[in-house]
Amino acid sequence: MIDLIIFASLLALGYFFGRMAETRHYKSIIKREKALARIPVLATKIPDLSIKPQHTILVTGSVVISVDYFKRFLAGLRNIIGGRVKSYESLVDRARREAILRMKEQARVKGANLIFNVKLETSSISQGRGIGSVEVLAYGTAFID
Amino acid sequence: MLLSNLEIIPGQRITKHLGLVQGSSVRAKHVGRDLMASLKNIFGGELKGYTELLQESRAEAVDRMEQQAKAIGANAVLNIRFSTSSVAAGAAELFAYGTAVILE
Repeated sequence: MIDLIIFASLLALGYFFGRMAETRHYKSIIKREKALARIPVLATKIPDLSIKPQHTILVTGSVVISVDYFKRFLAGLRNIIGGRVKSYESLVDRARREAILRMKEQARVKGANLIFNVKLETSSISQGRGIGSVEVLAYGTAFID
Repeated sequence: MLLSNLEIIPGQRITKHLGLVQGSSVRAKHVGRDLMASLKNIFGGELKGYTELLQESRAEAVDRMEQQAKAIGANAVLNIRFSTSSVAAGAAELFAYGTAVILE
């Protein structure tokens, strides 16, 4: 009985706080994406050779985000039926956008106006079983002139 | 030392290729951070302790790669790649590698 109560309260806590955190995070992502929209991020490997930057520097951005208890439970259920696991989709989406934003922020501080050859790397920081949290690293070469 | 993940730096010519240089760092998290992380696993959200830990160890990996490049007389490392792998439960390896070159 006690176990059931603990489980239910963890679910409720996860649902409320997780949802709150996600809404807040998305709001801040959208706001910062607008603010940093003037720095283009390109996945092009070989830059246009007519662009002659003064300096180039390596910029990186990374973040580790964890999913909440409620969503992990939902994903566990989803594992039985199969299909889209929406709760993890939003997790990796948030992590990628956040990592790109941090990389752009670093570029902005250094005075860059363009980032080339952006690579994204995702790795799961597992806590025993399955995905608990993901780390996303974004890196690229920023051109300063 | 110029670090870049591009193969060519516009406006600069590569005079010599010196081969692959690499650096890695294996880190484990301490108990306090782990405790906070398991709390965050209920509520969801960013695990700041982990973000910092991984950033630090990645910086160290890059630093070691740079040292290696310096030792063989390079002045730039191009085409840098990062990779992460979990070696054991609670420890991660951060790895950086690239081509050491001499730019004119």
